[in-house]
Amino acid sequence: MVRNWILLFGIIAVFAIAMVGLTILPKLVVDPRVEAVDYGNTFEIVQGHAIYVREGCIYCHSMQVRPEGFGADFERGWGRASEAEDYRNLTPHLLGTMRTGPDLSNIGSRQPSVDWHMIHLYQPRAVSEGSIMPPYPWLFEVVNETARPNREGLSLPEEYRIPGKKVIPTDEARYLVAFLLSLNQQVPGMED
Amino acid sequence: MSSGHLSEIDSSVQSIRFLDGKARYPVLFLIASGVLWLLFGSLLALLASVKMHAPEFLGQWSFLTFGRVRPLHLNTMVYGWASMTGAGVALWLLSRTLRVAIPMRPYIIGVTVIWNIALFVGSIQILSGFTRGIEWLEFPVSTMIVIVWCILVIGIAAMLMLFYRNVKTLYVSVWYIIAAFLWLPLLGGVSSLPIFNSPTVQAGMNWWFAHNALGLWFTPIGLAAAYYFIPKVVGRPIYSYGLSLLGFWGLALFYNWNGFHHLIGSPLPTWFVTISIAASVMMIIPVVVVAVNHHMTVVGSFSAVKHSPTLRFVVFGAMSYTFVSLQGSLQALRSTNEVIHFTHFVVAHAHIGMYAFVTMMLFGSCYYILPRLTNWEWQSHKLIKAHFWLSAIGIILYTVPLQIGGVLQGLAMNNPDIPFMDTMNLTIPYLIARSVAGVLLTAGHLIFAYLVVRIVSKVGLRPEAPTIWKKTLKET
Repeated sequence: MVRNWILLFGIIAVFAIAMVGLTILPKLVVDPRVEAVDYGNTFEIVQGHAIYVREGCIYCHSMQVRPEGFGADFERGWGRASEAEDYRNLTPHLLGTMRTGPDLSNIGSRQPSVDWHMIHLYQPRAVSEGSIMPPYPWLFEVVNETARPNREGLSLPEEYRIPGKKVIPTDEARYLVAFLLSLNQQVPGMED
Repeated sequence: MSSGHLSEIDSSVQSIRFLDGKARYPVLFLIASGVLWLLFGSLLALLASVKMHAPEFLGQWSFLTFGRVRPLHLNTMVYGWASMTGAGVALWLLSRTLRVAIPMRPYIIGVTVIWNIALFVGSIQILSGFTRGIEWLEFPVSTMIVIVWCILVIGIAAMLMLFYRNVKTLYVSVWYIIAAFLWLPLLGGVSSLPIFNSPTVQAGMNWWFAHNALGLWFTPIGLAAAYYFIPKVVGRPIYSYGLSLLGFWGLALFYNWNGFHHLIGSPLPTWFVTISIAASVMMIIPVVVVAVNHHMTVVGSFSAVKHSPTLRFVVFGAMSYTFVSLQGSLQALRSTNEVIHFTHFVVAHAHIGMYAFVTMMLFGSCYYILPRLTNWEWQSHKLIKAHFWLSAIGIILYTVPLQIGGVLQGLAMNNPDIPFMDTMNLTIPYLIARSVAGVLLTAGHLIFAYLVVRIVSKVGLRPEAPTIWKKTLKET
């Protein structure tokens, strides 16, 4: 019986020590840096974050810039090295582990065009030749040319146009683009 | 006696016959459920793999988009196939090594039903976009808690077996399995705590959990199986008790600290990352120790690997464990990580761990366990052989090209003169190779599922002798 308890105690003890070391301690160290509320996050940005999570963008795009001199993140213009403070108000975290596509930490500054992002989400290959990003047509509505006179359709290249129809973004597409554009290290509040 | 493994017929409560009779329904149900999720997970894997080089393929439907199919593939394979089959194999191993019948059998069957329902609900949740959004933890917390609770109940049965055992000393496999059944519910419970839902901190918890799910749940079960089946099939005791002890406590001490090597270069405090890198390198000790121990047990009996289906899968798995762990230690070094982080190299590495090691180990275990639970034999030598080669060649074709592609991708990414698009373009041939490998692996899984259905439903004539690749050698 003693042998049982030594085994059980040892197993729990090694686990508990590492758990404190790798989860509780980082929380104590990092939490004070991120707990201040970032009031710059509008309704659209928060919704867009949720859609980014829902569509699994994280599986191809990282959102962390490695320090200058470690990899070529800086040279590629992806921005300065990420800080814990950059992620305030954003859970789930979107650090990511894969760069099938480029890092998005600073995408709002690198590509500020709303129209570009809309077309890119509807059909990535319309603006980025050879891209393997999936299309997200469910974030858009295809309606008759004459419908919704006050809404302009996406200006798609000829080959992706549907005759007599226009493609208009839904609210979800607007939210997602608002979130992407908010990823901008120049915005005050993200910088401090 | 024509079939070797049935020769031990007596009526005592410690006889193999009695123990296997009691183990039959809970273990068979767990393994069969696992195989079902293996098939579903393979389908998702193929979809995700093809979508990586043919982005328009089934691109019109939101529920089949890459960003949902890929996480569901991981979750069904990890919490469905590997966890369920692993739990079944672990229970059976405990029953054999502790010489005690599996207790709480109706409860185990009950929680397996609930477990399956939770996986089904979780699958619908992920495909419809209700994801927790954290890698390895995509099931919403409420669903994940149910799965962890199911494993906890099975773990209680394992603890009862430990305390009511009919043997004095504890075999190595027991240490690993008991540890696994304690660690996973703890991991699952801690990772579900809302205190870790704060920004950035969550990333640390994320990779602490994800790495430990492999290191503290699947690895112990896989090693327990290796420690049991290698000496059993070869017919010799394990080489060294001292090495086993060192290997076990080394793993327990160092593996726990490995998680942050996934966060090298991230905004988390560097000293946590450095601790993880050190611990990852220290893992070389338990890994080499286990490898030496297994090798010295098999050495001189390598012909058995040729003849025994179980041993062939298990030895493949054990060798993969050594390889993948040493590779992991190297990957954790900053200079290596600078190149391979954020590339397909890591994806391939994960598959050497979860497939070439864990899954092959589970296949081998099933080939040994199922005839003993069903009192029936595998129906075809040829199909088992086909399964082995499809899985072995499939996983090699998957990982070797993808790791080469990953290194090239990483080197290109770290060279700012190369446009980013080129770093993606150069991986396409390797991604296509992966899809081909995926077809081979899936074919192997279909053969395995077919054999399992045949043996569980006892179709066909009962073969005279155990299914091995040489008639004179018997597995006992």
